[in-house]
Amino acid sequence: MAFDQLSDRLQMALRRVRGKARLTENDIDEMMREIRLSLLEADVNFKVVKNFTKEIKEKAKGDKIMKGLNPSQQVVKVVHEELKELLGGETSVFALDKSKRTTIMLCGLQGSGKTTTAGKLAKYLRKQESIKPLLVALDVYRPAAVDQLVTLGKQLDVDVFEKGIDEKPETIAKESLEYADEHGHDVVIFDTAGRLHIDETLMDELRSIKQTLSPDEIFLVLDAMTGQDAVSVAEHFHESLAITGSIITKLDGDTRGGAALSLRKVTDVPIKFMGLGEKLDAFEVFHPERMASRILGMGDVLTLIDKVSENVDEDDMMNMMEKMMSGKFNYNDYLKQLKMIKRMGSLKGIMKLVPGAGKMMKNANVDDKKLVYIETLINGMTNQERKNPDLIKKNSSRRRRIAKGSGRSVAEVNRLIQTLDQQAQAVKKMGSMDPKQLDPNNPLKGMQDMQQPSGKQKKGKGKGKGKGGFRF
Amino acid sequence: MGFIKNLFQSKKRREKAQKYKIGMEKTRQNVFNQLNELLKSGEKIDEDLFEEIEEIFIMADIGVDTVLKLVNHLRQTVEVKNLHDAEDLKEIIVEEMFKRYVQEEIIDTNLNVEDELNVLLFVGVNGVGKTTTIGKVAHLLKNEGKKVMMVAGDTFRAGAINQLKVWSERVGCEFFSKPEGSDPSSVMFDAIHYAKENDIDVLLCDTAGRLQNKQNLMKELEKIHRVIGREIEGAPQETLLVLDATTGQNGLSQAKIFNEVTNLSGVVLTKLDGTAKGGIALAIKETIGIPVKLIGLGEKLADLEYFDIEEYIYGLFSDVI
Repeated sequence: MAFDQLSDRLQMALRRVRGKARLTENDIDEMMREIRLSLLEADVNFKVVKNFTKEIKEKAKGDKIMKGLNPSQQVVKVVHEELKELLGGETSVFALDKSKRTTIMLCGLQGSGKTTTAGKLAKYLRKQESIKPLLVALDVYRPAAVDQLVTLGKQLDVDVFEKGIDEKPETIAKESLEYADEHGHDVVIFDTAGRLHIDETLMDELRSIKQTLSPDEIFLVLDAMTGQDAVSVAEHFHESLAITGSIITKLDGDTRGGAALSLRKVTDVPIKFMGLGEKLDAFEVFHPERMASRILGMGDVLTLIDKVSENVDEDDMMNMMEKMMSGKFNYNDYLKQLKMIKRMGSLKGIMKLVPGAGKMMKNANVDDKKLVYIETLINGMTNQERKNPDLIKKNSSRRRRIAKGSGRSVAEVNRLIQTLDQQAQAVKKMGSMDPKQLDPNNPLKGMQDMQQPSGKQKKGKGKGKGKGGFRF
Repeated sequence: MGFIKNLFQSKKRREKAQKYKIGMEKTRQNVFNQLNELLKSGEKIDEDLFEEIEEIFIMADIGVDTVLKLVNHLRQTVEVKNLHDAEDLKEIIVEEMFKRYVQEEIIDTNLNVEDELNVLLFVGVNGVGKTTTIGKVAHLLKNEGKKVMMVAGDTFRAGAINQLKVWSERVGCEFFSKPEGSDPSSVMFDAIHYAKENDIDVLLCDTAGRLQNKQNLMKELEKIHRVIGREIEGAPQETLLVLDATTGQNGLSQAKIFNEVTNLSGVVLTKLDGTAKGGIALAIKETIGIPVKLIGLGEKLADLEYFDIEEYIYGLFSDVI
C-alpha cells in the first residue's frame, strides 16, 4: 500500500527511542531529522514538513513525554495524531441529498485519472446510495476521451451523455442537465478535460462551466505520485474554482503518497475518496485515521472489517467457522472460502490491511493466480474426494489424476493437501486457545503458521535489518 | 562565471536555449528565483543558507539523496576554497549539477534510428502521456523523412486504441491495431511482420500504462520486449520511459523497475510546460544512469524537444548567471 515506505522510515526512527525510559534532547533531534527526511522522500511539501516536525518536536519536548512512563509510545502517539490531523482529522462522509439532483464536477491535470474516477464514482454511488447516475463527457480535447467514457459507461451499465467533440463543454453541460431531468438521473458526474493549472484559457473554461452548472460538488482529482508541485496544482485549482473536495488516485502503486498529506493541509478541503487500482470497484472512502495508522504500520483493520461485511454473508461465515472448529473441513468448504476471499478483492490488498502483515508481505510474492490454480485442482476432484479429503491423501493414483486433469503438478496437489490439513489444525488450535494467551503484538501468529506450508508466503526477508535499503 | 558563459557562447546555442527558457518559464519563476534571491552578493554562507538551498532543490523534486549529496559537496567546497560570500556559490551549484548529470560521459540524446526497421517502445505508468508522446515523436521522425507506423499496444484501457488512431491521422502516418483486449505481444508480432512487408522504417509502439509494482503487468511488458527482440535482432532500438514532470520521488522507483524489466535506453520528460520541475530526472540519471532524451513542452505536435542538459540548466538558472 501506498504509505508503506514512509512507515518503514518512521518506524526506523522510532525504533531508536523504543524502550528508552527517558528521551534526551539529542534523541528527539535525531528522530526529527529522520522524520523530516522520511516525509520529504514521501513527497510531502517541504513547508508542511517543516511545520509538522516543529509541532512534534515541541510536543515531544514537553514535560508530558520527557517524564512519561513510556516515552517512545508517547512519541508514536503524537506522530500518529499529527499525521491524522494533517490528513484531515475526521473522515469526511460524502452524503447525497436525495431530495434533489446532485451534480459533481471532476477536474485536474492531464493523466490524473479523471475519466476512470468518474466511472468509479458512478459505480460507488449507485451501490452505496442506490441512485441512478449519469456520466457526462466534457473532455472535447483529448483524442478519444469521449470514447473512453462511453466504454466505461457500457461496462458499468451507466448512461453516458455525450455530444462528440464539436460543441463547447458549457453547451454540452447545459444540455446534459435537461437530459438528466427527462430520464430521472439523480446524480450527474461531469468529466472535464485535463489541463495545466496555469493554462488561463482552459481554467477560464472551467470557471465558465462552473457558472453554467453551479455544481454541488467540485472535486480535484490528484495523482498520488505527484511531487512537490501538488501544492501549486491544488492552490491554483482551489483559487479558480473553490473546490469542495479531492480524490487521490493510483494509491495502489508503491508511491508514498505524501502529496495527499500536503494537499489537505494547503487547500483545507477534505480528501473524499481514493482510487486503488484499474478495476472499477477499486475505490474507497478516504479515512484520515486509518491512513495515519497505515503510515505508522499499524495496519488497517477497520477497512478489512468493512470489506468483509460488505462482501461476505454472515451466515456463510458462521457455518464456515463451525465447520472449521469441528475439524470436518473439506475441499468444498475450502472452495467456498476461496470464493469469499476473491469477492473481497485481491489477496495482496487484503493482507495489507492486516496489522503487521504489511511488513511481512513486503517481499512476499502473493499471486492471486495461485488461488485460481487451487480452484482448478479442486474442480478436478470427484464429489466423493471433495467431501472426504482422506481419499486423496491415501491414494497416489488419485493425486496423479487430479494433477493431470487440472494441468498442474503432483507436487501442487500434495501442497494443497498439506494446506488443508494445516488449516484444519490451526483452526482447531484457535478454537481451544485461551484468549489471554493470544499475543497482542502479533495477532498474525496463527495465520503465519497456517500459511507457511502452502509455500505461498515467505517471511519478509531481513525483517528489521537492512531496511535502510529502500532509499534506492 | 567563466564556465557557464563558455557553455553558451555560441549564438545558436543561446537561441535554442531560449526555447527552453520560455517552456520552463514557470519552473524558473517558482524555484530558481528564490535561489537567486538567496545567493545575493554580501549574504553570509552559514548552515541556514545550506538548509534553504536544500529546500529549494527538494522543491524541484530532485531526489532527496541527490540533494543531500549535492549540498554536502557544497559544504566541502566552501570549506576548501574558504568562501564567504553567498554569490560565489552560484557558479559552483550550476557546475556541480552539470557534472553530476554528465558524470564524464558523452550523452547522446539522439534517437537511435538506423537504416533497417527500427522499433521504439514506449513504457510508463498510467497517465504520463505515452500516447501523446508517440504522436509527437512520429511527427518528428516523419519530418526527418522516415516512414513511420504507430502500433496500438494498449489494448486494455478504454479508448486507448482510438486515441492513438486520432494521433496517426493528425500526423499522417500508418497505424496498426488489433481488437481491444488482444494480447499486446501478438499486436507487436503482427505489426513487425506487416512492417517488414511494407517497408516501414520506424515502429512506434504504445503500451498500456502500468504501475511498476504490478508484477503481472510487468511480466506482460517483459514479454512484449522479448517478442520484439526475437523478431528483429537488436530491437527495440529504443525503450523510452515516459515520465510526467509532476512526478515526485516515485519517479526513481519507476525508472528502476521499468529498467529491470525492459532495459531502458532513455527517458521522455513530459508536461514540462507546467510549474513542475521534473527534477527527479536528475536523480534518475545520477542513480540509474538513464539519460533524458526528449522533453514534452505542450499539447501540440511540435511541442517536443531533444533534451540538452546544458540548456536545461541554463533554462533553470538563466537569471542566476
